[in-house]
Amino acid sequence: MIGQSPLRTFIAHAVLILGILIVAFPIYYTFVASTHTLQTILKPPLPLLPGDQLLNNYSEALFGGIGRIGGVSVGRLLFNTTIMALGVAVGKIFISILSAYAIVFFRFPLRMAFFWLIFITLMLPVEVRILPTYKVMVDLGMIDTYAGLIIPLIASATATLLFRQFFMTIPGELVEAARVDGAGPWRFFFDILVPLSRTNIAALFVILFIYGWTQYLWPLLVTNSNDMNTIVIALRKMVSFADADTQWHLVMVTAMLAIVPPILVVVLMQRWFVRGLVESEK
Amino acid sequence: MATVDLKDVRKIYPSGVEAVKGVSIAIPDKELCVLVGPSGCGKSTLLRMIAGLETISAGTVAIDGKVVNAIGPTERDIAMVFQNYALYPHMKVYDNMAYGLRNRGTPKDEIDSRVRSTAKVLELSALLDRRPRELSGGQRQRVAMGRAIVRNPKVFLFDEPLSNLDAKLRGQMRIEIKNLQRSLGVTSVYVTHDQLEAMTLADILVVMNAGLVEQTGPPLDVYEKPASTFVASFIGAPPMNLLALTGASPSSVLADGTVIGLAPRLGKAVTLGFRPEDADITFAAEAPAGALALPATVEAVEPVGAESFLHCVAAGSRIVVRVSGRASAKPGDQLRVVARSEKLHWFDQAGKRVD
Repeated sequence: MIGQSPLRTFIAHAVLILGILIVAFPIYYTFVASTHTLQTILKPPLPLLPGDQLLNNYSEALFGGIGRIGGVSVGRLLFNTTIMALGVAVGKIFISILSAYAIVFFRFPLRMAFFWLIFITLMLPVEVRILPTYKVMVDLGMIDTYAGLIIPLIASATATLLFRQFFMTIPGELVEAARVDGAGPWRFFFDILVPLSRTNIAALFVILFIYGWTQYLWPLLVTNSNDMNTIVIALRKMVSFADADTQWHLVMVTAMLAIVPPILVVVLMQRWFVRGLVESEK
Repeated sequence: MATVDLKDVRKIYPSGVEAVKGVSIAIPDKELCVLVGPSGCGKSTLLRMIAGLETISAGTVAIDGKVVNAIGPTERDIAMVFQNYALYPHMKVYDNMAYGLRNRGTPKDEIDSRVRSTAKVLELSALLDRRPRELSGGQRQRVAMGRAIVRNPKVFLFDEPLSNLDAKLRGQMRIEIKNLQRSLGVTSVYVTHDQLEAMTLADILVVMNAGLVEQTGPPLDVYEKPASTFVASFIGAPPMNLLALTGASPSSVLADGTVIGLAPRLGKAVTLGFRPEDADITFAAEAPAGALALPATVEAVEPVGAESFLHCVAAGSRIVVRVSGRASAKPGDQLRVVARSEKLHWFDQAGKRVD
């Protein structure tokens, strides 16, 4: 470390602490709000310390059902969102690792044409094709289903590209050694390629899970029933324009609960991710 | 356990480049055949065609009397040691060695006994739980060998396996490979660009150049009777001295007009060659009869210890003479390089040997 003098250390820490405060205070405040009654929240100023309604508020939200979103419990919303985020993350990884495998390790007609097709879709934001996609989902009867939430988001050019770049760095000799060792395409994929890619898979999983978790536009379009809402949509629906109608304490609880799973994924996967980094051959 | 027969094997890439232009080699059972040549001579391509990693454009490759052109590397029952070892980085040494056996459905306890006995032979027993990145270069090399041996294949294929090791380790591994190959009695094909490795390992030496075989034979035969100027200059370190002949009676006049003390022997020969160790130096004015006596100027002396190499200029070409012990000559000396006529090699216009 450069600069061990106390003043420098102090300034460095001061800047860091200030940064943390700026980032963390709104979250803390949300947490504080989630532990008070609606009356306390609506009567300013809001206390800076947590209140005594923690258990009440959280159990009401998780199990009781919230009126403004059709009596659906936050537990149900969390479940829906988890299914969607997991489906999107796993699906994207599954499809993109397979397509990258095909593009890098197999020779077939129009291989490069397919690669460029995938690549070009990178330049099209989801919003551009959202109406046709919606029409397709309606025709297939996938409105208000998990399949409808997940499948349209399941292809990922970015992840395909990432896996492709990684696969290109795998030495040809390794592929040939596996062939001589009697590993067919599937064996090679599962015994060698997937274990070597686990760092990439872990990193992508984190990113894609959060991507799936925070989806707004697509779930808004494809779900009509309150039962099928994701937590982000429900959160928006819970906030009414008339302040009096809004159950602010429950909104705060829902907001708190909505950030827990992504945080868990980051924290848990980070350990895995670092282990993968340490173990893999570079 | 098996013979390997190549008949007029060719490799033509889609781009039209012909990497191997018709090679025929017969490798008898249990023998080690070394393919040697400069880079780009097609030796690795040939090896990869034997392995089944590269398609064969024309000709046939037969292992154990069975043509294998159409079957893949797995069914050919070969094992290959790669230049960069190609160990599976995420697998322990044990799994690296067991992987091929597992894919072939070998029973678990048999895999275990085979891996452990092979590890014992290669002194890898203590390393079975390590991963490749925790091993030194030499140890990785052994694991790569172990992976080949444990399968007990019909043929071993080596693709420049020692080129990533330091000189000392290379010498050690060379002897080890030779001993292993002999004790296991597995027919082997070994590719290298190192002529020393080729000479010491080979039962049959195949010298390749530009996609063609220049010469095939036991290493010492190749050394003593190089079939062409290419082989003469490729095999042996330092390489054979080659001098161009010109004039009406070409055998006796060198390029710069020097008349050498030899009667014209073979009308067709246009190149004269002799090995550095077959020549000697003399300060005497009189040349011995029946020998080549070449006036030369010493340019540099390289003492290696047991021997010294004199780099001289004679008849406008550079030549090297090996003298044992310390050299009596020093740079700038005028002397004669003497070589007995039976030690001379003659080559014709096309570079082919004439006897």
